[in-house]
Amino acid sequence: MNFNKITQKAKEEYNSLYEREDPLILIGSATCGNSAGASALIPIIEETLEDHDLKAEIMEVGCIGICYVEPIITVFKKGKPGIFYGNITPKIATKIVESYLINDDPLPEHALGTVGKGEIQGINSFFDMPVLKPQVRKILRHCGFIDPKNIDHYIANEGYSGFINALKLKPEEIIEKLKESGLRGRGGAGFPTWMKWQFCIDSEADTKYLICNADEGDPGAFMNRSLLESDPHSVLEGILIGGYVTGAKNAYIYCRAEYPLALERLKHALVQMREYGFLGKNINNSGFNFDIEIKEGAGAFVCGEETALIASIEGKRGTPRTRPPFPTTSGLWGKPTVINNVETFASVAFIMQESPGKFAEYGTDASKGTKTFSLVGQVKNTGLIEVPLGTTLREVIFDIGGGILDDGEFKAVQIGGPSGGCLTEEFIDTPIDYDSLVTAGAIMGSGGLVVMDQSTCMVDVAQYFLGFIQKESCGKCVPCRLGTKQMLDILGDITEGKGHIEDIALLMELAEGIKEGSLCALGGTSPNPVLTTLNLFKDEYDAHINEKICPSLVCKNLISYNIIQDKCNGCMLCLKSCPVNAISGEKKEPHTIDQSKCVKCGTCIDLCSKADAVECISKPKEDNEDNNASAII
Amino acid sequence: MEKTLEEILSSYNGEKSELIPVLQDIQSNFGYLSEESIIEVSKFLNMPESEVYGVATFYAQFRFDPIGRKHIMVCKGTACHVLGASQIIEGIERHLGINEGEVTFDLEYSLESVGCLGCCALAPCAMINDNVESKIGLKDIKKMFRKSKSPNKDN
Ligand SMILES: Cc1cc2nc3c(=O)[nH]c(=O)nc-3n(C[C@H](O)[C@H](O)[C@H](O)COP(=O)(O)O)c2cc1C
Ligand code: SF4
Ligand code: SF4
Ligand code: FES
Repeated sequence: MNFNKITQKAKEEYNSLYEREDPLILIGSATCGNSAGASALIPIIEETLEDHDLKAEIMEVGCIGICYVEPIITVFKKGKPGIFYGNITPKIATKIVESYLINDDPLPEHALGTVGKGEIQGINSFFDMPVLKPQVRKILRHCGFIDPKNIDHYIANEGYSGFINALKLKPEEIIEKLKESGLRGRGGAGFPTWMKWQFCIDSEADTKYLICNADEGDPGAFMNRSLLESDPHSVLEGILIGGYVTGAKNAYIYCRAEYPLALERLKHALVQMREYGFLGKNINNSGFNFDIEIKEGAGAFVCGEETALIASIEGKRGTPRTRPPFPTTSGLWGKPTVINNVETFASVAFIMQESPGKFAEYGTDASKGTKTFSLVGQVKNTGLIEVPLGTTLREVIFDIGGGILDDGEFKAVQIGGPSGGCLTEEFIDTPIDYDSLVTAGAIMGSGGLVVMDQSTCMVDVAQYFLGFIQKESCGKCVPCRLGTKQMLDILGDITEGKGHIEDIALLMELAEGIKEGSLCALGGTSPNPVLTTLNLFKDEYDAHINEKICPSLVCKNLISYNIIQDKCNGCMLCLKSCPVNAISGEKKEPHTIDQSKCVKCGTCIDLCSKADAVECISKPKEDNEDNNASAII
Repeated sequence: MEKTLEEILSSYNGEKSELIPVLQDIQSNFGYLSEESIIEVSKFLNMPESEVYGVATFYAQFRFDPIGRKHIMVCKGTACHVLGASQIIEGIERHLGINEGEVTFDLEYSLESVGCLGCCALAPCAMINDNVESKIGLKDIKKMFRKSKSPNKDN
């Protein structure tokens, strides 16, 4: 079948979904939605429909990005706009089905907004929600609206037309288009995509390879996971175009095993591509042969690094090697290899479907297009967002993110993962683009934005990142393997209240050595979280070292829990739940905590949210002295 | 549906590059890599055992001891960390009476921590077999274990 016919059929099928007599119910079933309870909603909705003898189509879709209100369902009734509902429990789901489908009452109190033509009284437009209004959805345009398991849905929305357009052009013409689009790699370093592809074209070889880096090892980032689960074909189309341009016949998708649903949907999508003749020999009668294979990562952060990733696909330990030669000259099995990030490929598909101009109209001069970010941590509206590059941190955290959780105070945002840095209030108006972030002392990285408020201890955060890096170091370079361990030990001492004034200088010295002496960017950037926190939060380090206190009340050795006698109503909730029986007291009488038994698990403070009688305090001075005294004895 | 080691190996060509997928396949069938399976793999791929161990031990995914029927992976990613993951891990450790990396005596539960589950917007998270539990609070720990005990929750 030719592509026009396929498209026509797909469009008919897709449109008929939305024009059908019976209602259509979409359920956001990506990993996030499912974990919030989406998968459990399906049988409940089915039952409710059956109970009332109603007919409706239920369709699982991906994640629309506003994860903080998941699970989300969207109900379409013929002739009416669709209605998005958030925070759906089984009870609410039943209620919505009953009242909207039977009594035509759309229950505005549970609605987030409407999509499509028409209005529904009492419900605003979905994309006018403050979390969505400043966003520009290009890469995520299909997420939450199409069935990721149905290739026709993608095709009906212009999917694979970018590839068909590409086949009509010469590779160099496509390179020109990519150049015009200004696309830079979305995996971290922001290298111009056209240039990388050109290098590969220029390398003479009988065989070339393409690799899609879906390792997404950055903790706190899930942009790639979400895209692969919600719209896998957009990534696959980009890979297909990449194969055609670079002359690669085989591509690998290196996807982490911790993403079972993304893997499942990718595998499914590949089968469908094959059925439609988008893979294999002589694709679309163009003489172009191409195949894509999935390689499951085995849980090593360093395998996101290009040369380590290649080693891993070859079946070896994932240790990086020196560059040059760059993979575009000598990569997988010594052949020229292009490695791009998931989002980079999806951007290529968009550019070829629409136009380079449609991409370049967003962003700044040097950082074009839109970029997805995972907005997480102590911010109200957590989820996956897409904004034009150049949007400021303030817009992202306060307009889109809705500000700090529980109306707390903004302290810092960690950007760029373990290789990045923290930015404070002072930098809140920094535009998010490759160069401005570097000037501010961080990096773009892959797009994880972790927001932190006053309850976060920055020394603890630095220790956290170093701990991560130390565990993930491949061990090849001594400074990376042993230096990060030394730094970690020092930070451990500081957070335990055993720090010395000289520690700061020592940390700086080690940082320099590790930066200088490491082969790959994992080691080379590993001191960044320590250096940026030292730079911006020196007072917190000082407090830990000089006063032996943790101002944010995080570091266990420097805090204690205490029951405020006046507030305690003796409900015994905490007493019953304390895992070490450190709490005593009679019913209806104020309780007390035996400090010598308390392991500082935090359960009591969590449970006592109603009476608010448990407080976390800086460890009283006498207590420290006591400890010292007993140590001497 | 458990395959034998022989069946698993017979679906591969015996090329060195297949080492990681072979180990993954074995682990997903048996839950861990036994000494015996490593020996067989080394014969099958014609490489020294030490090399197989060298690769297997490099990757966090591979285990050399059996896991529990319910394998718990608590996320230690950045988002989960700032929202209290370490307290959750300690809480689970206390609840089950085992440390991270261990298995309960009755082989019911095993506990591990992982880099990031990709569900960061709903942190803190943990995965029990293939199901992700999100927004876990200290008070949910007991409940979590009761819930995961009920059979075939996802069917
Ligand atoms: C330690 C380390 C981990 C990395 N992890 C990833 C990753 O998970 N995903 C990714 O796309 N790039 C990662 N990168 C960057 C890649 O090496 C590479 O630059 C990128 O995949 C290139 O794709 P792009 O040009 O499309 O950005 C990592 C780099 C380093 C040094
Ligand atoms: S810097 Fe660290 S992770 Fe990178 S190659 Fe050296 S030891 Fe390995
Ligand atoms: S913090 Fe934990 S151990 Fe300490 S008193 Fe409270 S519940 Fe008990
Ligand atoms: S940080 Fe825990 S799921 Fe990503």
